[in-house]
Amino acid sequence: MSKLERNMAMTGEKPAALSKIQKISSAIGLIGLSILILAIANVNFPDKTLFLSLGLGLISLGTIVFSYDLYKGKQPGIKNDGVWFKSMTSRGLFAWITALGLTFFYIVLYWYPQYLGLNADAANTGIIGLFDPLSKLINGGPASQWFVYGTLYTLAIFIFGYKFIKKYRHNRYEVLRTFSVMFFQLGFAFLIPEILMRLNQPYFNPANIWPLNYDFFAGYNLDSLFSSGTIGMVMFAFGLLSIFVISPILTYKYGKRWYCSWVCGCGGLAETAGDPYRHLSDKSVFSWRVERWVIHSVLVFVTVMTIAVIYSYLGQNPDEFWLTKDVFLWSSAGFLTLVFGLIMLFKRQELAKDAKYAAAGYLVVILAIIGLNYFNYQQDIFIFPSYKLRETYGFLIGAAFSGVIGVGFYPIFGNRVWCRFGCPMAAVLGMQQRLFSKFRITTNGGQCISCGNCSTYCEMGIDVRAYAQKGENIVRSSCVGCGICASVCPRGVLKLENDSLEKRVNSEEVTLGNDTSLMDFIKEKTE
Amino acid sequence: MVQDHVIIIGNGIAGVTAARHIRKLSDKRITIISSESEYFFSRTALMYVYMGHMQWRHLKPYEDHFWTKNRIQLLKAYVTSIIPEENRIKLKDGRQIEYTQLILATGSEPQKFGWSGQDAKGVQGLYSKQDLELLEKNAPNSEVCKKAVIVGGGLIGIELAEMLSTRGIPVTFLVREKHFWNNVLPAHDAKIIDEHIRKHNIDLRLNTNLEEVITYDKNQVKAVRLKETDEVISCDLVGLTTGVKPRLEMLNQTSIQTNRGVLVNRFLETNYSDIYAIGDCAEQQNPIDQRPPIEAVWYTGKMMGETVAQTICGRRMAYKPGHWFNSAKFFDIEYQTYGWVFPTAKENHQHLHWSHRDGSKAMTINFNQKNNQFVGINTFGMRIRHEVINNWLNEKKSILEVLQQLEKVNFDPEFFKSYEKDIFKSFQKHLQKQEG
Repeated sequence: MSKLERNMAMTGEKPAALSKIQKISSAIGLIGLSILILAIANVNFPDKTLFLSLGLGLISLGTIVFSYDLYKGKQPGIKNDGVWFKSMTSRGLFAWITALGLTFFYIVLYWYPQYLGLNADAANTGIIGLFDPLSKLINGGPASQWFVYGTLYTLAIFIFGYKFIKKYRHNRYEVLRTFSVMFFQLGFAFLIPEILMRLNQPYFNPANIWPLNYDFFAGYNLDSLFSSGTIGMVMFAFGLLSIFVISPILTYKYGKRWYCSWVCGCGGLAETAGDPYRHLSDKSVFSWRVERWVIHSVLVFVTVMTIAVIYSYLGQNPDEFWLTKDVFLWSSAGFLTLVFGLIMLFKRQELAKDAKYAAAGYLVVILAIIGLNYFNYQQDIFIFPSYKLRETYGFLIGAAFSGVIGVGFYPIFGNRVWCRFGCPMAAVLGMQQRLFSKFRITTNGGQCISCGNCSTYCEMGIDVRAYAQKGENIVRSSCVGCGICASVCPRGVLKLENDSLEKRVNSEEVTLGNDTSLMDFIKEKTE
Repeated sequence: MVQDHVIIIGNGIAGVTAARHIRKLSDKRITIISSESEYFFSRTALMYVYMGHMQWRHLKPYEDHFWTKNRIQLLKAYVTSIIPEENRIKLKDGRQIEYTQLILATGSEPQKFGWSGQDAKGVQGLYSKQDLELLEKNAPNSEVCKKAVIVGGGLIGIELAEMLSTRGIPVTFLVREKHFWNNVLPAHDAKIIDEHIRKHNIDLRLNTNLEEVITYDKNQVKAVRLKETDEVISCDLVGLTTGVKPRLEMLNQTSIQTNRGVLVNRFLETNYSDIYAIGDCAEQQNPIDQRPPIEAVWYTGKMMGETVAQTICGRRMAYKPGHWFNSAKFFDIEYQTYGWVFPTAKENHQHLHWSHRDGSKAMTINFNQKNNQFVGINTFGMRIRHEVINNWLNEKKSILEVLQQLEKVNFDPEFFKSYEKDIFKSFQKHLQKQEG
């Protein structure tokens, strides 16, 4: 980039300084936040209930008043003025401070919860102690680091969700979608599991589906489900149905958006607290290539890990239970081969060459591991012990990738890094969306002016413009259907919709409205 | 055999589209020359860089490696002259390049009308990358630029007004017509935009012309004087957005025929058989349908590029655009148009107009009273489907059929409130009243 170009992007001024109300509300929010920080610094508040309420209350009040004032008196419409001029949203100093702060928080949360005041033997102290009253109110026990995290996470989705709704108040799709993620976060991800715990039932979040929930088939979880009678069996059945029946049907009808931007908690946070960073995703062809390799490798990893975990859970005597280690191994191999075979048989023309090679390669790797294991089973299952595999996966993918990089680096890499590069659930739904779904983003004839708003604001790094300017519909596995590309388009070119499979993937060589004989000629030629 | 060398002057949408399609169809050597920018960028998005929605790099529709991969050579140079007799062009740095086919896709430049002071510092148009850079200097914030006056009520004028207001710069917007863009939009549509502009705190002056630009000693703009009222408005920036004209400076000395633009026949050929002109700079000798002879629209540049590529690659093809369409965005109101809706209804034409009371949505349908044929549609704050409308125009649908099937053209996002029933009822009432 030449010097001039750099200047042009960076010399711009912020649209307006903060208003008085915005300054006051920022101060209110910061006071609330400082109560939590003081708690982390082990200040022992006398009345925990009061100070916890104050802390969370002031944070919420500050954010809500700030958001209200920010969009008050402005005409409904796109509100991206100055996004690339503000330090916080253009990888400036504030962005880095925030990213490092969040990353630090995640590292402590995952690996050093004792510094947050977690105490197994005595009463909690620090910030975890501060949350004890709320935890006792909801689940009857003292707080854990996960309770603190869950509470703050839910709160973030609500207060930043409010801001998002204000920002997109002219767009009912965006508003409804945000209410939906708020509902699923509060009900499914936060309250239901906590209340189940209070009732001495297994921990279960119905919205957290395998393989995103990589612990679903872990021995401890299966034990807990199977020892809880009917309710445990219902949960187990629901978990299986979710991934094998419910999600394929919903994805067929609506695309993967039904999950990724309407239900999922990761998506919920990305769409609300992460919304100001959506334009930071990398749009290059190179990053798309990296994305495909990384996300599918994670999927293979989680598949192998899960097979290993279930394998080690099962017995070998068919008289005790029909599903033995051997039966399970061979049926897994059979199932994966069947899926691969069906896709190759019916959908191979829709796959690029490298996708076919990669799929075949992955299949061979998995089958080889299964085969190796079958002829060599005794002690070390899958070369490594299965618990080691699960631990490694949990450390690398579950914690480091989805938490530290995924959320910690919102202000640097954008808000959907985890969803785009790491989430195995997104990979599964993405394959279904690409090959078996009615969902697409329709391009409106010849109206595209290649302005690039759609590509810039795509959080998944899809170069939407590359399709729109060719008059081509966008059918990409990574699209989470957030709808922002359609919203920022100044010419009304894009529409998310579920329509017939016919002409879903279209490709027009010339602009709609150009000479019909030219269009026909080119069509003939390509046929 | 010597390889054909196609030279394209101008790396805008027309030239680049031509290059891409020539590459698809042939192995010819292709060179695109531009003095404006190294790489193709989307001119229509210049405003978003100033407003901070995007950075310069986002304006490039193709990554930089695209051009080498497709063997399209990019040359940042200024063409000083063309010698058609010798199939050569001359560059400013003295180099000369030979071509077998030459495509002129030089685009437009802002049009000025000889006002005194029109070339002063602080007076500018908004068309090129350089204009955007200049605007960053002239109006970086409301301290340097305490006040701006925009002259010319068209698409670029309203964009400039929106841009400046995002930096808190107060704008007075001078519009010659009775209403904003009233030379294109029917009055009832244009009035809605008037209202909307005012909602964004723009000081909109209708029926107002510029008399002169008043300057300080150093040829720096100081104020403008209005023609009608003699009022003097002091300002630091004057945006001249009174239209664009074809950019022909390198053709002055040549025997390539020009009028306002480079004159071309239906095959986009100039008076030299191996020189073509496409995009904003081309002027049809005989206008096509009701289209203006010079079409300075994004998609027509694209279509001409697609067409000329066929001709150059051995399949001589006339430029035959189908039904007229276009779109724009006025602050927060999107506008789309398909077919013809003239500012004042032509003979036998009738306009049906509907608008929402909140002033953000409207629709105008034009039809022929004699045969009831649907002629064209304008929508504001509502998106409609190009393909469906295009088919209706092809099939010469009647106004009644169109009204009955309005919901088929809706292209608004899911869950948006739809107004087709309202619109249908309002139009029905209107038509019945006339019959009764």
